[in-house]
Amino acid sequence: MPNADPFPSTYVAFPSRTTVIRNVNVLTAAGPMIRNGAILLQNGKIAAVGATVEAPADALVIDGAGKYVTPGIIDDHSHLGVYAAPGGNALSDGNEATSPSTPQVWAEHSVWPQDPQFPRNLAGGVTTLQVLPGSANLIGGRSVVLKVVPGRTVQAMKFPGAKYGLKMACGENPKRVYGQRGGPQTRMGNVAGYRAAWIRAVEYRRKWDKWNADHKGDPPARDLGNETLAEALRGNILVHNHCYRADEMAQMIDISHEFGYKIRSFHHAVEAYKIGDLLAKEGIGASIWADWGSFKMEALDAVKANMALVDHDGARVIVHSDDPSGSQRLNQEAAKAMEAGAEIGLPVSEDQAIKWLTINPAWALGLDDKIGSLEAGKNADVVLWTGDPFSVYSKPEKVWIDGALLYDRTDPSEQWRTDFELGFVPFNRN
Amino acid sequence: MISYRLNSRFAAALALAAMLAMPAAAQTIAITGGKVYPVSGPPIENGTVIIVNGKISAVGANVPIPAGAQRIDATGKTVTPGFVDASTQLGVQEVAAVNDTRDMSARGKDNIAASFTVWEGLNPNSVLLAPARKEGITTFVIVPTGGLVSGQAALVDVVPGTTTDMIIRAPVAMVAEIGDPQSVGLGSRGELIVKLRELLEDTKFFQTHRDAFDRAQTRPFSASRLDLEAMIPVVEGKLPLLVSVDRASDIDAAMRLAREYNVKLMISSAAEGWMIADKLAAARIPVLTGAMNNIPAGFAALGQRQENAGLLRKAGVQVALIGNAGGGDEEAFNVRNLKQEAGNAVSYGMTWDDALRAVTLAPAELFGAADRVGSLRPGLEGNVVVWSGDPFEFTTRAEHVFVRGREYTEKTRQDLLIERYRNLPGTHNSPAPR
Repeated sequence: MPNADPFPSTYVAFPSRTTVIRNVNVLTAAGPMIRNGAILLQNGKIAAVGATVEAPADALVIDGAGKYVTPGIIDDHSHLGVYAAPGGNALSDGNEATSPSTPQVWAEHSVWPQDPQFPRNLAGGVTTLQVLPGSANLIGGRSVVLKVVPGRTVQAMKFPGAKYGLKMACGENPKRVYGQRGGPQTRMGNVAGYRAAWIRAVEYRRKWDKWNADHKGDPPARDLGNETLAEALRGNILVHNHCYRADEMAQMIDISHEFGYKIRSFHHAVEAYKIGDLLAKEGIGASIWADWGSFKMEALDAVKANMALVDHDGARVIVHSDDPSGSQRLNQEAAKAMEAGAEIGLPVSEDQAIKWLTINPAWALGLDDKIGSLEAGKNADVVLWTGDPFSVYSKPEKVWIDGALLYDRTDPSEQWRTDFELGFVPFNRN
Repeated sequence: MISYRLNSRFAAALALAAMLAMPAAAQTIAITGGKVYPVSGPPIENGTVIIVNGKISAVGANVPIPAGAQRIDATGKTVTPGFVDASTQLGVQEVAAVNDTRDMSARGKDNIAASFTVWEGLNPNSVLLAPARKEGITTFVIVPTGGLVSGQAALVDVVPGTTTDMIIRAPVAMVAEIGDPQSVGLGSRGELIVKLRELLEDTKFFQTHRDAFDRAQTRPFSASRLDLEAMIPVVEGKLPLLVSVDRASDIDAAMRLAREYNVKLMISSAAEGWMIADKLAAARIPVLTGAMNNIPAGFAALGQRQENAGLLRKAGVQVALIGNAGGGDEEAFNVRNLKQEAGNAVSYGMTWDDALRAVTLAPAELFGAADRVGSLRPGLEGNVVVWSGDPFEFTTRAEHVFVRGREYTEKTRQDLLIERYRNLPGTHNSPAPR
């Protein structure tokens, strides 16, 4: 077998100190909120959560009166680093729009670690990101899961042990990009393209599985794209499918059945509320916006109650951004969706909505055993908010990743500035 | 007898038609018990707002309630003027990716389209109007985009009918964009200023040499006759020039040009406005901007920060907020996020009162419509919103939205979709057509 991890993570947790936050409202994403509770961060992990915790003698104790703690926010749809600020052609590295199927490309090879959008995301309470290729292609390539931490290299940001994702895209984008460039020109052309790619991948996988079993003769010739697709077929790479319309999502589900892979989450999915039952039955997440819509035909039926309706149908709701600005305020996006639910008689509790921002996207990335909730033993990715995170007036005050304080709104010396910002950006964020 | 019955039915039909034309507008409405923010004056606890025949007739603490008034109990609620979005393409863009529904830009001649009156393309039947109104936006400024001089903006109410019915004031500004020379085929920022200068010079010359122009005895002008005509109120200082620009030095360049030609300047976008806030304040130049942008999204916006709106206001600049200021193609759908911009402005340093002003009276004043909208004063249009709580907070709902004295409760397209799919699998003919 070829090396499955040729660009291994070199991430090392930043120095941390034992920290207790007490007298704070704890939204755990694993049960009801603990009012005036406490949390202990020790050795990079959450050591204890409860009404009270034992504070070790060496612990830094933070009084969280009137404040909230939540797990770090996780955005499963980001293009940070691949569409870095300040933008322009030189930094446009998200779509390998040279062929409608490019499973051979890896988003991490486009990520610029000095993208000034990273520290802004961290200041928004985001601790883990899935950076995806764009949606020009039917099959856009591999995603990468990053910790939102300063690093000289992308490897230093990579979440150790995280599975890769595979980006696929339905509908208008591929046919718009390739309509005058050899196709696909239509949705039926799109579907033929996915199926042709999977047919080749199934065959490739069969050859390699056979050779791995018997080692007879020379190994089959390697093919980068098919290696990725074969890993998706084996369930080792999670499929993230950009798809707006209900009817197209249903077709993509049939294609996944035809070739035996699983779709982990539909992204954008503005019509998820039309097939919440199907998504629940298939165990597919819906990574969605609170209120984007109407900007193209396939986004026409967006409703603000999408999240509440899909949640009500029992499918997994994930608040995603696809946007460097929205990603900084995913809590506000969730709050808008909560109100839209309440308006139609489907109120969403804060205990539920925090899951949309944390444990559900952690599941979408296959990392729900490590991050996404405040439970003993999990990574200490924690946000301390100035108030209720679902209020427009609240902001992250402090953000820890693996127990290390990496952002402090009250202390400019604890605010990461990228290389790019030095000299160019004339102020400290607060 | 037969003719009598026909006449009677005809008369009934006429009466019905009259009712349909102005149903609730003729009513008297009394909104009582709420905390009233007139914006033009201090808040009133347990205040009353009376609307008669579409206009506000009284606002105060001890206002007698006219007999027969429809009463709205706003106890424990917040009453404000309808929100005014200071810059949007709402109504002139339905589906951004469908060219046939985009009417916010003119080709113009050589990137100058001063005569372009964007409201000619306004669609009063846009399905995006109702969602905005449902969330408390009763008025907005349609701003043309693109080119060097994009055209003229209009201030309109979100009411059904025709464009004429909607317009409160048009034009309210001449719009120009000077941030990106490449986008208009020029070589540099300085050349953009040269082009604008040439246009201003030509306008002044044209203004005093119309006869010569008509006899074809003038030198060639940089713009067409109608564009020069449209620019005359700008050089006369009567119509503001609304310049979209981000870099501090570009704002400064626009200010120098405006001073030289006595042009009344307004700045929109203004990512780096905070860097020269004192100069903007001293020159009494207002700014239209958002409060949710902090990305150095280009070399002209390296200083972009969320504190911008608050810092400008603190320096004394008149600030109007723009809904979904950082948004992309979904902008027209998310004008309704104006209240979120206001909440974030507060979160990043603007006072709550100033934020309310920035989404009501400030834009009305800037665009010369404060005698019609933007505050709660007798004589103004009955544009009033009753909020369940703090208008900027997510848990708050716009419970009653009045525009020109009529309450709007129509279902939006989104409401109809939700009704259809609320219980899956949904039915193809629900909700039943009315």
